[in-house]
Amino acid sequence: MTSIRLAETPLLTYVLRRADDALVLGHRLSEWCGKAPLMEEEMALANMGLDLIGQARALYTYAGEVEAKGHDEDALAYLRDERAYRNLLLVEQPNGDFALTMVRQLLYAAFADPYWRAMMASRDATLAAIAAKAEKETAYHLRHSAEWVVRLGDGTAESHARIVRALEKLWPFTGELFETDDVEREMIAAGIAVDPAALRDTWRGTVSAVLARATLTMPEDGWMQSGGRGGRHSEHLGHLLAELQSMQRTIPGATW
Amino acid sequence: MTEPAASEPKVPLWEVFIRARNGLAHKHVGSLHAADATLALQAARDLYTRRGEGLSIWVVPSAAITASDPAEKGMMFEPTASKVYRHPTFYEIPDEVGHM
Repeated sequence: MTSIRLAETPLLTYVLRRADDALVLGHRLSEWCGKAPLMEEEMALANMGLDLIGQARALYTYAGEVEAKGHDEDALAYLRDERAYRNLLLVEQPNGDFALTMVRQLLYAAFADPYWRAMMASRDATLAAIAAKAEKETAYHLRHSAEWVVRLGDGTAESHARIVRALEKLWPFTGELFETDDVEREMIAAGIAVDPAALRDTWRGTVSAVLARATLTMPEDGWMQSGGRGGRHSEHLGHLLAELQSMQRTIPGATW
Repeated sequence: MTEPAASEPKVPLWEVFIRARNGLAHKHVGSLHAADATLALQAARDLYTRRGEGLSIWVVPSAAITASDPAEKGMMFEPTASKVYRHPTFYEIPDEVGHM
């Protein structure tokens, strides 16, 4: 099945970026199925993954309405190539160990929670409604990942070392959370989107409080990775999409 | 509490109680493993309220529960079997009272 091509307007690009963040991170969490360290955590990871895939579905459906070319949520998720994906590089990073998965969730949720809360005042009624649902879910993801980061950081020498490694590895991907470009600026000016840069202090406050409880120090901001919003991804997204999309590419329209 | 098998995580066991609606009592729904009370509460939320079952959760360390001994059930529970007069079934209920 060949890929679809979209004529992206600023609003469509904006919605796809948020949908892709949610789908890719949700898919990453689904990869823990059957492999989590505790049965309890198996369920927690699946729950968070399903929350995110639910957010992605609502956003893709809206993107399809915005585009108005008959593409539904499945077409947008399964039939776009890697370069058409607009997610943050942070969310496509492989699960690694449990510490890395929890740090990735913390770094994303500490941003997404205040982001969706602010988006509840969006002038776009559909996005405001999606934000209201996503904010409650993301608030729990933040709490859950924060509690684990505290326990692993303030745990054994081994768990502490793993959390430190995860933080060092993922920190260069956090700059992208606050990036704005012409698309974002146009949406912000229209009152549809909120300025992510304005959330940087909130994010730093949340993350530094968790790291302090976890007996960890906040990494220094150095060179930051960038590119996901424009479709320039790390080597990991292609593999993720291959698994995610293979069924629909092989048997187009398959349902069960 | 019995020792967990080597393959199980050595984390404490907790009993979970859920209140489904206002005005109802918390009801025992199951158990789970968690390292501490905060994580136990989160795990209870993730395991036992996935389908809108609850408005409130209690978690209690299983070790804090004192249970009756099944071997003593004769002494504990059988004597009540012959006390039928304790059931309120010997009264004439006037029809006007309706369903009780």
